[in-house]
Amino acid sequence: MSILSPTAATAPSELIKKRPKLLTAERLKGTKDRYDLIVIGSGLAGLTVANRLGRDGHSVLLLEQHYNFGGMATWFKRQNGHIFDISLHGFPVGMIKTCRKYWTKEIADSIVPLKSIRFDNPQFSLQTTFDREDFTRILTQKFEISPENVAGFFDFARSMNFYDDQKLTTRELFQRFFPDRTDVWRLLMEPIAYANGSTLDDPAITYGIVFSNFMSKGVYTFQGGTDLLIKSMKAELHKNGVDVRNYAQVEQILVEGGRAVGVVVNGQRISARAVLSNANVKNTILDLVGEEHFAPEYVAEAKGVRMNSSSTQVYLGLRRGETLPFIGELFFTSTHPTFDSEALTALECTSRTYSFYYPEIRPGTDRYAIVASINSNYRDWADMSDEDYLRWKERYAEDAIRSLERYLPDVRAKVEHVEVATPRTFKFFTQHALATSFGTKFEGLKVSQDLPKQLPGLFHAGSVGIIMSGWLGAANYGVIVANEVDRYLRGAPDAVAKETA
Amino acid sequence: MTENEVSKLILDIIHDIAPDEDLSDVKPEVRLRDQLDLDSMDFLDIVMELRKRHQIEVPEAEYMELSTLAGCVKYLRPKFEAKAAARA
Ligand SMILES: Cc1cc2nc3c(=O)[nH]c(=O)nc-3n(C[C@H](O)[C@H](O)[C@H](O)COP(=O)(O)OP(=O)(O)OC[C@H]3O[C@@H](n4cnc5c(N)ncnc54)[C@H](O)[C@@H]3O)c2cc1C
Repeated sequence: MSILSPTAATAPSELIKKRPKLLTAERLKGTKDRYDLIVIGSGLAGLTVANRLGRDGHSVLLLEQHYNFGGMATWFKRQNGHIFDISLHGFPVGMIKTCRKYWTKEIADSIVPLKSIRFDNPQFSLQTTFDREDFTRILTQKFEISPENVAGFFDFARSMNFYDDQKLTTRELFQRFFPDRTDVWRLLMEPIAYANGSTLDDPAITYGIVFSNFMSKGVYTFQGGTDLLIKSMKAELHKNGVDVRNYAQVEQILVEGGRAVGVVVNGQRISARAVLSNANVKNTILDLVGEEHFAPEYVAEAKGVRMNSSSTQVYLGLRRGETLPFIGELFFTSTHPTFDSEALTALECTSRTYSFYYPEIRPGTDRYAIVASINSNYRDWADMSDEDYLRWKERYAEDAIRSLERYLPDVRAKVEHVEVATPRTFKFFTQHALATSFGTKFEGLKVSQDLPKQLPGLFHAGSVGIIMSGWLGAANYGVIVANEVDRYLRGAPDAVAKETA
Repeated sequence: MTENEVSKLILDIIHDIAPDEDLSDVKPEVRLRDQLDLDSMDFLDIVMELRKRHQIEVPEAEYMELSTLAGCVKYLRPKFEAKAAARA
């Protein structure tokens, strides 16, 4: 018997078969012929752009190919009351301000800090609140690094910005401050690798920017779960007059007279004065628009954009009535001797991060769930035969449970639902190139930002450049691009007079 | 348009962007981000509000002109006056 719970949805192949019947013109009933802006995709960047510009009086249509809105900020429910969050492991404190300003006070007020984050690997075992103070304590007391050196590193990381040297890699940065201290590197790098898929060979500025954002004031989560967050966001979109449609697959971005003028969605044409794509930046340029509309140098640049890694997740739902002791919300575990970016994504998995969801995450419920996340390469999974695919999924589930038994000896008996999502699953649900969980490497940011210069009226917002990734990065990048779209819409030749406040 | 009037229009915008900030004692010559809890996203919002409310466009290369209240007034006053003249 399989360790996996019987459920059709574990195999995206079942859903793939059903899809053509769902993507119908009926989904678009009542849409207007023309909008100020069409947003393709409802990830946090797409949602935030739509809300920001809808609230400012632009007419906005948001099209999402999936049933749920939220992109990778998502969740799923299973029989017997199980509910699993995909990407609610944690985000930086800045999310509070972003939600307060671009969403609602209620959303911002539901953001709460995680209490305890743990590490266990052959180099160290420790617990932290994940802020500068606590990291300083750990680095000076446990790792015996001088306080000056620690402060020097934090200050240097903080001071790094976009215009700094892009040649310096994170490995070189670590080597400069903590020569050969691979234990320190691991503490500083492992969480970031899980947060954005970056490696020791990515530019140090991406590390510096993310690190000073992420590790200065703890890690936060959304009380109520991803389902409540997205439900609240949808309500706000409705309030602001945004027309939102699901099962709406954009097949093509229409170009006329050198400008983006609309889309083809579920076989139907809809016009717009501007189009913003929250789909993968490479897909947007090469598939949705097509190379012929761009300068060859730009096409070459777009083709050269590398993606960050994908993910595999094991979902463990506890039987009703079963409980867990509090052992922290986030637990980075590994049996690999040192931090190694290659090993972190290898099919032979040695490292996984557990997220523990206690009932407090959804006040009013009494359920517990555990999600093990593993960084993976799409290519390792893409071409497996069906039998191999099932076997690997079973193995990931078994290993995730067995490894957990070291810390929670009786956990196996408490688990009722077991399910695995792989890079193939993520590919199906988000359509990202190489099923990337965290967008593109650094060079993708420039390609994304240059898009409107290449094709006026077309914008991109979504996880790019490592620094614009994660919930906060994607939402904030959405705000930045919304400003560009607003400028275009208000300045464009056919701009209709807009209401002034 | 007087400097005071321009200053008030700017503070109105900041108040809407950062409703929790106390704006009763903003020092004109001190950088706004050093006395208020404003970050680069907030400055983007100021730029967007100027466009929406007053049809004033601030190119990205000139964002730094907005770093102090006095700087805002100096930089924006001619723009406000040009708009007023165009309307008259
Ligand atoms: C397993 C996992 C764990 C993660 N954990 C965290 C975490 O703990 N904290 C954190 O901050 N971040 C986390 N992330 C990253 C975070 O979820 C993403 O960076 C962020 O949600 C991406 O938002 P986005 O706006 O780039 O769009 P995406 O979420 O990528 O959404 C894009 C949307 O566009 C839609 N779309 C694409 N093409 C089309 C088309 N042609 N027509 C219509 N719709 C289309 C897709 O269906 C999708 O809904 C995690 C990601 C994964 C995969």
